[in-house]
Amino acid sequence: MVNLALAWAERYQAINPAVRISVTGGGSGTGIAALINGTVDIANASRQIKPEEVQEAKAKGIEPVEHVVARDAIAVIVHPRNPIDRLTLEQISAIYSGKFNNWSQLGGEDRPIVRVSRESNSGTHVYFLEAVLRLGKKDDKTLFSPDTLLLPSSEGIIAEVSDNPNAIGYDGLGYVTPQVKTLAVAADSAGPYVMPSAASVTDGSYPIARDLYMYTNGQPAGLVKQYLDWIFTPEAQKIVAELGFVPVR
Amino acid sequence: MIAELRRNWFEFAITVLIRAAGYLAVLFVGLILIFLLQSGLPALAKVPLSTLLSTRWYPIEGYFGILPLIWGSILVTLGALMVGLPFGLLTAIYISEVAPKWAREVLKPLVEILAGLPSVVLGFLGILVIAPYLRRFLDLPTGLTALTGSLLLGGIAIPTIVSIAEDALNAVPASYRQASLAIGATEWQTIWRVTLPAARSGVLTAVMLGIGRALGETMAVMMVTGNAPVMPAGLNAFFLPVRTMTATIASEMGEVAAGSAHYQVLFLIGIVLFVFSLAVNVVASMVGFRELKRAERLLS
Repeated sequence: MVNLALAWAERYQAINPAVRISVTGGGSGTGIAALINGTVDIANASRQIKPEEVQEAKAKGIEPVEHVVARDAIAVIVHPRNPIDRLTLEQISAIYSGKFNNWSQLGGEDRPIVRVSRESNSGTHVYFLEAVLRLGKKDDKTLFSPDTLLLPSSEGIIAEVSDNPNAIGYDGLGYVTPQVKTLAVAADSAGPYVMPSAASVTDGSYPIARDLYMYTNGQPAGLVKQYLDWIFTPEAQKIVAELGFVPVR
Repeated sequence: MIAELRRNWFEFAITVLIRAAGYLAVLFVGLILIFLLQSGLPALAKVPLSTLLSTRWYPIEGYFGILPLIWGSILVTLGALMVGLPFGLLTAIYISEVAPKWAREVLKPLVEILAGLPSVVLGFLGILVIAPYLRRFLDLPTGLTALTGSLLLGGIAIPTIVSIAEDALNAVPASYRQASLAIGATEWQTIWRVTLPAARSGVLTAVMLGIGRALGETMAVMMVTGNAPVMPAGLNAFFLPVRTMTATIASEMGEVAAGSAHYQVLFLIGIVLFVFSLAVNVVASMVGFRELKRAERLLS
């Protein structure tokens, strides 16, 4: 969600030239670790803070407070020439855990499946593991197949999936470009197959959607509070929609 | 008298400064080693050895098997050597022994400029050109493989190898070549049997530094090898994705909580890398040392 945080910071600084906001990327873990170490005022995260992290923060005298600032859909993407255009969550889970290794097992061409994922420090990776690979079950210990490509950036994922007809990838809806094909996803084989969009996320019909968070140390005050208040204004939430995310109000 | 005193004082200050600089370099290496050991060794107490020596790396769920990462680094480095060694050595021989003077004056600086290319630029070249081309040409499932990394790293190591090997070849006295040519050896025989063996210690140093460069390279490797921690099995591993030690440290260090098991294991990987490059350097200096003794024998 670094794109969103950057766009907000830029617009806010244009309105309030006296305020300076610097934004750094690197994944949700990076932001939360920085909040715990006291080096930032706000940690942006595309996953919820873990109980261990809360404990660690408290040990250092930091009280993380959660704010849901936007929503996001994770799009599952393939090469435009891939004939597959819809999958169920279970099928996606079976692909990424290594049960399916050829597209023909899913009714596609006779091609090996190349799984592409974000690095494990990305909130998107953790969310995908919990919500898709493990189908939201807490006691499920399914893991990514070891030969899953772990790419350090969204751009890397789009580059590989748009070039390689064997590849399947996933990424935030805001990062998806027309060079790749987005799949319709169903919660189970009975359910309707839904394309990710702002509407299908808001009405809850698209099954792989999540909240995006900002964490502050204690209830926000002063400049941080003004910034967070501004983020919930229609103007700031319009930027959310422009970047392909889903506004919260 | 005063002038002499001043000169003496100046001599003294410069000597102290140079000595301090020398000791500082040693001190820094020592401090880095202590820091690495201090941050990495506790991992051995926290994570059982059986876990560390397993073949599954998925740190966010507590799988800390570092074997695939070690093999990944070795595989990519070996591949880089196979690319970089012949090309680097031949280029060095060409520049030093064969090329006309004007070509030498153009080529040497050009190769040294190549050494200064940021690896992230080469990484982009790898991701946009080499990887798609390899996938189509070799009909691989994906172009992000150990081979792609090896080709890039070989390219990165070539300037290092060329530059140092060329210096070593250049330092061989002209009388050796003249003597060889005078007894009727051809130019190639002179290069292969006389000049190259005479410069052997410098050439081996060049190779070792090239290996060190390939082993430690991070950015380009992270961009093109796919970073999948698969255990390489056999030669076809070159055509599959790998994850190297450097890429693992670079992509995961930013995210871990300081002091956690994951953090300490990452430093442990740092120690393994340190030991590897230490071994490469020790081998390089041993080879150089032995060569020196032999040269002394020849001279006496």
